[in-house]
Amino acid sequence: MAQDTLDASVKATDPTAGKSKVELRNVSKSYGDEWEQQRVIDRLNVEIKPGELTVIVGPSGCGKSTLVNLIAGFEFPDSGEILLDDKPVTGPARDRMVVFQETALIPWQTTYQNIVFGPKLRGDLRGKALQQEADRLLAKVGLSEFKHKYPLQLSGGMQRRAELARALINNPRIMIMDEPFRGLDAMSRGLMQEFFLRLFEENRRTNLFVTSEIDEAIFLADRIVVLSNRPAQVRTVIEVNLPRPRDYKMLASAEAYAIKREAMAILHEEAMKSFKAGSGADFAEAYGKDGGGGH
Amino acid sequence: MTDIAQPSSHAATPVPPKRRGALQKLWQNQSLWRGITAIIVFLVIWEIGARWDEWFGKEWMIPGVGLIPPPTDVATTWLEVLPKAGYWESWVSSFRRVISGFLMAMLLGIPFGLMLAVNKYFRDLFFPPFEILRPIPPLAWVPASLIFWPTNEMSIAFITFLGAFFTIVINVLGGARNIDVRYLRAAQSMGASQWDLFSKIILPGTLPSIFTGAAVGMGITWEVVLAAEMISGGGTQGGGGLGFFIWNSYMGGSLEQIVVGMISVGIAGYLSSSAIRAIGDWYMPWKRLF
Repeated sequence: MAQDTLDASVKATDPTAGKSKVELRNVSKSYGDEWEQQRVIDRLNVEIKPGELTVIVGPSGCGKSTLVNLIAGFEFPDSGEILLDDKPVTGPARDRMVVFQETALIPWQTTYQNIVFGPKLRGDLRGKALQQEADRLLAKVGLSEFKHKYPLQLSGGMQRRAELARALINNPRIMIMDEPFRGLDAMSRGLMQEFFLRLFEENRRTNLFVTSEIDEAIFLADRIVVLSNRPAQVRTVIEVNLPRPRDYKMLASAEAYAIKREAMAILHEEAMKSFKAGSGADFAEAYGKDGGGGH
Repeated sequence: MTDIAQPSSHAATPVPPKRRGALQKLWQNQSLWRGITAIIVFLVIWEIGARWDEWFGKEWMIPGVGLIPPPTDVATTWLEVLPKAGYWESWVSSFRRVISGFLMAMLLGIPFGLMLAVNKYFRDLFFPPFEILRPIPPLAWVPASLIFWPTNEMSIAFITFLGAFFTIVINVLGGARNIDVRYLRAAQSMGASQWDLFSKIILPGTLPSIFTGAAVGMGITWEVVLAAEMISGGGTQGGGGLGFFIWNSYMGGSLEQIVVGMISVGIAGYLSSSAIRAIGDWYMPWKRLF
């Protein structure tokens, strides 16, 4: 219904929407001090192609969130470079909007205040025009009736949709989704994935989506970048050629199965590495030596 | 697709509850009745305990229970005291001290706490001396401030201020440092300047802690004022406050009047913290709406 209006307005305000790309070249990042360094990302090369939905999957704790922070400009790489449309990233800016894990809506602002926060700060959209744009996005994410509610009064799914609207009003060149649907129950999660997919398919704004769920990745992605265990490196890149618009039934297709099997094999291998290196060692110690004898 | 985009459907309008009058609401408020019952039971037990030997004779006295005025006697004394100007002057002067000390503590404590939170150099410089002074109980300052400040009134105000100041600063500092970094990052992505981050994220994000600090600080202020009034022996011409009222009753040997003073302080403290809670609820609508 409101599909073409969004398409039109995005194109009117920003002719490059859906044409931006991000490149990571030999990016490395470590944490810690000079005595104990923990390398989180090691000479990573990733390309986020214009108008594509690139999904990054990897075992938990592999440095996916660090990657998001680097691209968003919240943190800086130790070496290598991150280019947005061939220009190096120098800090956070409205051309890269992040939708965070759980929710990062500002709790003391209503849904409406949250959405108009960015344009109001910058003053690039104001008065009637801002109101109309905010109302349009509120309708788009189905929250018109919840305009004056505070985030804590919204359900998990509503919070994510409000956050999508808050990001979209800034008309970013790329959207960065950092495990945005984590913490939702299975039902809302499924609905949010479909909702998000429709949103993306409308105007194909360049998108980076980080997740640890392989089904979510296959359902959404144009390309899946599978990361290794920490320090993160690219293990493989899988093209997902399922037709668009997509629906859930496609996850049962032979092609989806093949992709899932390929990705699962790698992810399992990487997860085992981290299991052995970290919690797995404790596990083995606790249950291995004395044969799991209880007290 | 439309049914996904219309989540309003699962927020169907609930059946409007029957309108009740304010009086009816009060009548049906269960927690209110429980509270009243508890106070009545407490008073009855107190009355029985205090009149035990009178009713059952000395030989039946409960061991360890000495002289306690029964609540009925306290009430009688209270009724005698109520029309006297001196009693109300005690209220006024205690309240004046509490409010002035408390306001000074808020006025200096909030900016100081925020500065500690946002500026590393400021924190490095001022946090260590602050932390050394903080554990000193306000009452330990009494002798020094009686000597240092020219008037009794100023020493009491100063000690009262100290009581609330440290608590408020610690709460503001903790609150400001605990703000979710994602709020700051989201705002930065949307183009917030340093001042925007401070005024639109850090300051409102610290409000709940400011109110917590204020409520706790207010309680400490009452404790400190009372003690300071007793120690300093009150001011001139009956302006001694509730602390002096209690102390004076003790010197005069009126047990009932001591208890009247104590309950008065309880009510005063309750009124003060209720006021802070009410302001907090009114000022932070997002906190009470879930």
